[in-house]
Amino acid sequence: MTSLIVRAATRVLVGLLLMFSIFMLLRGHNEPGGGFIGGLIGATGFILYAIAHGCRAAREALRIDPQTIAMAGLGVALISGLAGIIPGDAPFTGLWLFLGATEDEKGLPLSTILVFDIGVYLVVLGAVLTLVFALEEEV
Amino acid sequence: MAATDTNGRTLGGPAGIISILVPLALFAWFAQHIPAVAAGQVLVWRLDWVPSLGVGLGILLDGLSLSFALLISGIGALVTLYASSYLGGHPHYTRFVCYLLAFMGGMLGLVLSDNLLALFVFWEVTTISSYLLIGFDADQAKARRNALQALLVTGTGGLAFLAGILLIGTATGSFDISAIEGSLADHPLYLPIFLLVVAGAFTKSAQVPFHFWLPNAMAAPTPVSAYLHSATMVKGGVYLLARMNPSLGGTDIWFWTLTIFGGVTAVFASVVAIRQTDIKQVLAYTTLMALGTLVMFIGVGTPYAIEAAMAFLLVHSFYKAALFLMIGVVDHGAGTRDATVLRGLGRAMPITMLAAMLAALSMAGLPPFFGFIGKEFLYKAALNLDAGMLWVTGCAFAASALMFAAAGIVAWRPFVGQKADTPIAAHEGPWSMLAGPVLLAALGLFFGLSPDHAEALVAPATVAVTGAPAQVDLYLFKEVNAAFLLSLATFGAGLVLYWIHPRLRDGLARVPARFDPGWDRLMDAVAAGSHGLTATIQTGRLRRYVFVTFATLVLATAAAAWRGLPALEMPNLDNLRVKHWSVLIFIMTGALVVAFTNSRMTAVAALGVVGIGVALIFIIFGAPDVAITQLLVEVLQVVLVAVAMLKLPHLNWERARFRPWDLLLAIALGALTTVILLAVLDAPLNPRLTEYFEAASVPLAYGRNIVNVILVDFRALDTFGEIAVVAVAALGAFALLRGTRRPSP
Repeated sequence: MTSLIVRAATRVLVGLLLMFSIFMLLRGHNEPGGGFIGGLIGATGFILYAIAHGCRAAREALRIDPQTIAMAGLGVALISGLAGIIPGDAPFTGLWLFLGATEDEKGLPLSTILVFDIGVYLVVLGAVLTLVFALEEEV
Repeated sequence: MAATDTNGRTLGGPAGIISILVPLALFAWFAQHIPAVAAGQVLVWRLDWVPSLGVGLGILLDGLSLSFALLISGIGALVTLYASSYLGGHPHYTRFVCYLLAFMGGMLGLVLSDNLLALFVFWEVTTISSYLLIGFDADQAKARRNALQALLVTGTGGLAFLAGILLIGTATGSFDISAIEGSLADHPLYLPIFLLVVAGAFTKSAQVPFHFWLPNAMAAPTPVSAYLHSATMVKGGVYLLARMNPSLGGTDIWFWTLTIFGGVTAVFASVVAIRQTDIKQVLAYTTLMALGTLVMFIGVGTPYAIEAAMAFLLVHSFYKAALFLMIGVVDHGAGTRDATVLRGLGRAMPITMLAAMLAALSMAGLPPFFGFIGKEFLYKAALNLDAGMLWVTGCAFAASALMFAAAGIVAWRPFVGQKADTPIAAHEGPWSMLAGPVLLAALGLFFGLSPDHAEALVAPATVAVTGAPAQVDLYLFKEVNAAFLLSLATFGAGLVLYWIHPRLRDGLARVPARFDPGWDRLMDAVAAGSHGLTATIQTGRLRRYVFVTFATLVLATAAAAWRGLPALEMPNLDNLRVKHWSVLIFIMTGALVVAFTNSRMTAVAALGVVGIGVALIFIIFGAPDVAITQLLVEVLQVVLVAVAMLKLPHLNWERARFRPWDLLLAIALGALTTVILLAVLDAPLNPRLTEYFEAASVPLAYGRNIVNVILVDFRALDTFGEIAVVAVAALGAFALLRGTRRPSP
């Protein structure tokens, strides 16, 4: 897979796909999207890169081992779930903070729910890449 | 002489002392309830255990359970005392003590439980702990094999018993024994209940044809044998039958099943007992005889017969425990248990001889021992039956006469006559090993001389088993009657049998043993069957696995659908538009290409087409989240499989084959899925959940995308579990792929 066109196109596409994946992750709470889909799209970006430039290059671009990403995502999701215990709620209860909220404006919503979704995103991204890289390097 | 082991610890050290004190304390506690129970009270304590399932740890202390509890704890104390010097220096002595106490606890729970489910739990505790005890010498293949045999036989029976318990629960609405009012004989479930309970009782109490495991259980150390045989384990089945007599007894099938199996067991076992040369084996088979007799008389079921059975239960426990412990002393002191070798030990082991003689006289049923009373009452109960039931008397007579001879073999011949050479110069055992046999043998004489004391236990036990007030009167001798004459005849026949038994033994030894080799063949057949099944199913070919998996799915689902499917209605197809039809055609085309293509790559791509078609359906019906996920997963899957397949060889020759079975399976699976989907569409959808999420999504979770809100908020714990699965699956696949990589040259 050393097609020049693919390699040139990939440089642009990967960046777009990653941005798109984060966009999907963040809008997920109100529109179609979310951590699972975002993670898949992000993984697609890196897989495209791996096909064009080889696995080694993709791993270098990723900088962190995909297994580590998946495990970190699991940890993030767990911590965000357990955060609900602090004010005395059941585990996996969402906590919300509306930054700069006024009477009319909701402000910037921050929540453990978003953190949980980021955890899902990381798990999906890491898990898919773990699989794909291992498979590509194997065959 | 103090009982010290090789480490110089008295009574087996702390573990041994605890193991002696615990049953002793229990015995004292039970003993203080004798007056109340003898006065006719039934003591009940209750403790909820699993209230939602109706399981309580009730203690039911009536005559029956008190008799058993006293035997278990009393003989248990003597056995642990005995074991402290028999096994005191053993490296696994502490472990042994734990097993024995677990066994004791299980047995006590079994006889005291008022709740059938709790009773079953304790029943299985005794099964498992006896497995551990029989296989205590685990480095011997024989011990392991015999332990497993006991476990399998009694465990299988235990499962039947459990099924019986559940049926009783269905029939009576409660699992409490005290809640069963009256007889179940007229209940439509009576026959299955009866068969299942009796299966459990017969395996546990080693009735023919399940008898073979019990003599094999002799692989256990002698204290265990004494305990298993005298007081407890094997009498669990007898206890169960006695306990269930008020609710299950009194029917024809109860009478015939119990008397026939019990009678056959009693006579068969006494004949085989005569055949043995190992005196421990002789005793093992006489235990079978006692169990058979007890079952037979519980089956007879008249108050007289129950009274006789309860008296015989005590008789047997005393002499059997004493004799087993005595054999351990002989084995210890002379180094062998071979009846053809042992002679004239009396001078070297006088106390052992005394205990053996006392116990054997009771076993032989001679006056004035308790055994005489037991036998007399058995005869009286048997003679009290109709003339047509003469064979019950016959069985009791034959077994008693053979027991007389067996008593001579075990306890007379080894001690009298010219002293023979033994592997070890014969010497007396320590006091801790003699205390048990002497005490138990003396009890046989004591109860014989003052039967009133035995009556305190026998009378309430009889009342408990018959379920009705009973007139119980134990006495040594009143008048010369038919039973007494039969006793005299028994002694005569017994003497003759004893006289000719060496010849009898040689004759019987030529009859081959059937059951045990049969068991081994059965086990071999099970193993071979498993191997064959594994070889058929686990072929190592993915195609076969997939086929078997889907075929199972089809059969299981079809069987379920066959029973509970409502009448199907074809869905209304009038509203279908062009876009629906085109998606349908799209998917069908993909599927057809998968089935007919000759190229793997094409097949993978066509499968992707099917998946994308499904994603289109999601879009059409308003589930964009699911559609996006489906699309992405589909694309990724195609990429992954394509990457893998690039390296695989072409498969032209294989593809060309037509596989009718695969076709059939595919059609069946498709048809079944269609049927189920139609049924699902037919079922009215409950919109409550949807409405709740629609209403609660924004105010509670501040999100308008219900799917995502459910995923990360309402059902976040589920999602967490799912991503954990994803991560672990990825790691697993990673390890698998890396693990198969060959080292690079």
